[in-house]
Amino acid sequence: MFTIFLYLLALGGLVISFAKDPQKTRVALMKGWKAFTNILPDFAVVLALIGIMLTYLSPHTIAALVGKNSGFPGMLASSIVGSVTLIPGFVAFPLAKSLLDRGAGIMQMAVFISTLMMVGVVTAPLENRYFGKKETILRNSLSYIFSFIVAIIIGMVVGA
Amino acid sequence: MNLLNLIKTYRYFLLIILFDLVITIFHPDTGLTIFKYTAGNFAEMLAIIPPIFLLLGLLDVWVPRETIIRYLGEGSGLKGIVLSIVLGAAAAGPLYGAFPVAAVMAKKGTKYSNIIIFLCSWSTLKIPMFLFEMSALGVKFALTRWLVNVPGILAIAYIIDRLIGAEDKAEFYRRQTANP
Repeated sequence: MFTIFLYLLALGGLVISFAKDPQKTRVALMKGWKAFTNILPDFAVVLALIGIMLTYLSPHTIAALVGKNSGFPGMLASSIVGSVTLIPGFVAFPLAKSLLDRGAGIMQMAVFISTLMMVGVVTAPLENRYFGKKETILRNSLSYIFSFIVAIIIGMVVGA
Repeated sequence: MNLLNLIKTYRYFLLIILFDLVITIFHPDTGLTIFKYTAGNFAEMLAIIPPIFLLLGLLDVWVPRETIIRYLGEGSGLKGIVLSIVLGAAAAGPLYGAFPVAAVMAKKGTKYSNIIIFLCSWSTLKIPMFLFEMSALGVKFALTRWLVNVPGILAIAYIIDRLIGAEDKAEFYRRQTANP
């Protein structure tokens, strides 16, 4: 749905731009293409890494790793799995829901969801390429720590 | 020579593919699953990335630097912060889509802390995801997470902005401007 919207926006923009100034549009297309091919080698690495990650950490495996343990060790395990995995929300949310239904703790699920979205270990090479090492390490580690705070608050609000 | 360059550019990717091939030899099922997922990832990326780069190219050419500076640059204040959050939250798609967008924002003069706010918002505040999260995990869960995230993101951006030195920032901006 969103992809269609994005395409409509891009194509609409392209048509308007071309009507206004074909020369400028040509430059825009070239810039877009250059930016894409510049980053493609790093992109390819990340996508290949995700391929390996998805194979070894299937939703089934994740379910076995996350939510089994309780307390802080359980949160730690969930946060590590959340950090290294990269699965879309439409897979992650129902997964977390089914684990909750099977008795997993709310804080363990919250830290899993939060690290899943904010911490990206497999996308780190790409982030590093754009933002540099310092930013990549800082943003990911701060997000990791913050995920525990989020989980504790969610535990207090939802668990109560 | 040209092929050699290509191999050099894609050496890490080729190494991973080599690793996948070795796995396929010893564990055909696992190896094929890896290739299946990798191909699927490329298909997903190729579906979402072309319009993003097309829009970025158009943005680069048509939107004047002054406009971006006014709304998101130094001195954009609260307006810039709110706009960065809204831009990130309105997005969809994986975080890797945010990086090239952030790069063009930087090139056009967006303030460093606003770039980080945008990045963090994209990662965790996305509205389409929020709606989905609400239906799967409940309003209380999703809403609490979203509301706690907003100040959290601001704090993270502030800390990163403080800890990254002026030199590293200058290098970051220089790199984005050097790109075509």
